[in-house]
Amino acid sequence: MGALIDYIQSYLKTNDVTPGAAGNIFWAFVYIVLVFLGLSVAVIAMNWLERKILAHMQVRLGPMRVGPHGLLQPIADALKLLLKEDIMPAEADGLVFWMAPLIVVLAAFTVFVVVPFGPTHAITDMNIGILFMLGVSSLSVLGIVTAGWASNSHYPMMGALRSSAQMISYEVAMGLAVVSAILMTSLHGLGLYGIGGGAADTGTLSMIGIVQAQQEQGVWFVFKFFPLGLVAFFIFAVAMVAETNRAPFDLPEAESELTAGFHTEYSGFRWSLFFLAEYSAMIAVSSIAVTLWLGGWLRPFPGFHGPSLTIPHIWPPADPSAPTGALDFVFALFPGITFLGLAALCFYSASRMPKHPLFKIQTVGLAGFGAALALIGLILFVPPVRDRVGDIFWFCAKVAAFMYLYIWYRGTFPRYRFDQLMKVGWKILLPTALVVFMVTAGAGIVGFLIATGCALILALILTGIWRLARI
Amino acid sequence: MTPVATPFFFYLLAGIMIIGGVLVITRKNAVHSALALISTLLAQAGLYLMLYAPFVAGVQIILYAGGIMVLFLFVIMLINLERSIRERQFNKQWLIGIVAAAALGGLFIAVYTKGKTLFPAGRATYAESQNTQGVASLLYDPHTGIYMFSFEIASLLLLVAIIGAVVMAKKRI
Repeated sequence: MGALIDYIQSYLKTNDVTPGAAGNIFWAFVYIVLVFLGLSVAVIAMNWLERKILAHMQVRLGPMRVGPHGLLQPIADALKLLLKEDIMPAEADGLVFWMAPLIVVLAAFTVFVVVPFGPTHAITDMNIGILFMLGVSSLSVLGIVTAGWASNSHYPMMGALRSSAQMISYEVAMGLAVVSAILMTSLHGLGLYGIGGGAADTGTLSMIGIVQAQQEQGVWFVFKFFPLGLVAFFIFAVAMVAETNRAPFDLPEAESELTAGFHTEYSGFRWSLFFLAEYSAMIAVSSIAVTLWLGGWLRPFPGFHGPSLTIPHIWPPADPSAPTGALDFVFALFPGITFLGLAALCFYSASRMPKHPLFKIQTVGLAGFGAALALIGLILFVPPVRDRVGDIFWFCAKVAAFMYLYIWYRGTFPRYRFDQLMKVGWKILLPTALVVFMVTAGAGIVGFLIATGCALILALILTGIWRLARI
Repeated sequence: MTPVATPFFFYLLAGIMIIGGVLVITRKNAVHSALALISTLLAQAGLYLMLYAPFVAGVQIILYAGGIMVLFLFVIMLINLERSIRERQFNKQWLIGIVAAAALGGLFIAVYTKGKTLFPAGRATYAESQNTQGVASLLYDPHTGIYMFSFEIASLLLLVAIIGAVVMAKKRI
């Protein structure tokens, strides 16, 4: 028993490694459970938010009946799905039909092994982190294809074929964009244009290493070699929407043409597995984008600390290596303030509830939800908690911004036609990604301006040749 | 950190690979064969991990399990499965079969009996954290990059195959 407690405590003494890297099975398990729970809550919240935000974009109310402002709607939905009859088509391939949702869910959840929520807040840190994420998330297309085939029905088959063609096409551009970001980890200069520092050093594929490289260079990769990083980020941001089969690239499940695409024949629990996988895949690719280009767990302006500040018992943090500036203090208060703001929103909505006796339970429920949020917010102000959740908060906030973008796209853009989709993937994103990749490599070796100039001249010559060849 | 490369995992992964390989050739349904092949390839990626070669394992998953096998499935779904199920699955080639089996069996026995002198004993000690960099320096380093030429030749071979496919698929270029 004592040895067990020692084993559990031994990880707490180490300061700068993830539980996986420390080889501590207990804490790795705890992290896995935490990530899994957090992910499930995020999917539930996303379900509600998507309906509400989409509804408000279309000047509707969205779910209002189940719970105050429809807050309990996702839970009601989950219950409905669990109780629903699980139908398997008569001529379906039983084993493959059964396996397909499992493949999709496994692929979508396994990638979170390497997602870095903070310098030590990841399940493990792999040397091949980003490669692992891309590889495992590319396995989900297998599940979609087998789901469509095993249903033995026309619409799912069409959806599966569309989705495999689409996902393979966009993976190419996505991979090239990722490579140009990885390249930036090896170009060790400081600031926007990589001034002062070796031309090329060893880079890294590890997710934590990529964020640390951004910290050392003092720039998020989205701004590095401006506008190269921005263009690569844009390519990834488009490709990741196509990878997750979301609007405006949701052709595999285009409801006006294919009923529901590859999961037409699925119902009940199996369908909810597809739903879960889709949303957690969205979170996974968003966290790749956040890690590679938006500085991962780093707060905005991580290089500015402001004047040194001392408030007894509150600031600076207990960890002597932590920064002590006034700006650090202000940003450390953000998590708590966010939750207090959400709580204030709940209280305001509760006060605006109709004053009818029938609405009493709803009003009390909303106020209670607000009180719970306020309690969480207050806990986040306690110094030891505050110092530990800062990283996680900034990472989740950035991912949440991407999730909002997903909903926004869905509310804004009409669906692409399939030939347009292929054109965007192969004729626009892929060449652009190639050019960005080459110019980034050139910028690391000969400097940004020379590389851009050469690329421009080369582009002019090539367009000239192309024009001549066409005449 | 205790090593994970224990015999248990080796036998587990090797068993999955063998079962998957047998299923690939015995299943009549081509999609089932492809899925069995995927499990074989994933188990192989696990074996690479046990050799402390995470980079090779990752590339194995991306290229074979994620890329090539999806294309396989894509093609298999377009062919008529009912007809292929009715077709005879195995040819009777007893003589060649026996010769090939004997040769392979002899090789296995030779490796089993003389393996200790052929292969170094003990565990691979390559640092896992250096695997990606190690692969890169074997390929591209001016001093230690001895495999650059063979690597480029292999990629040229693939390029030839791609151009050949385009030439054959398109009537007029």
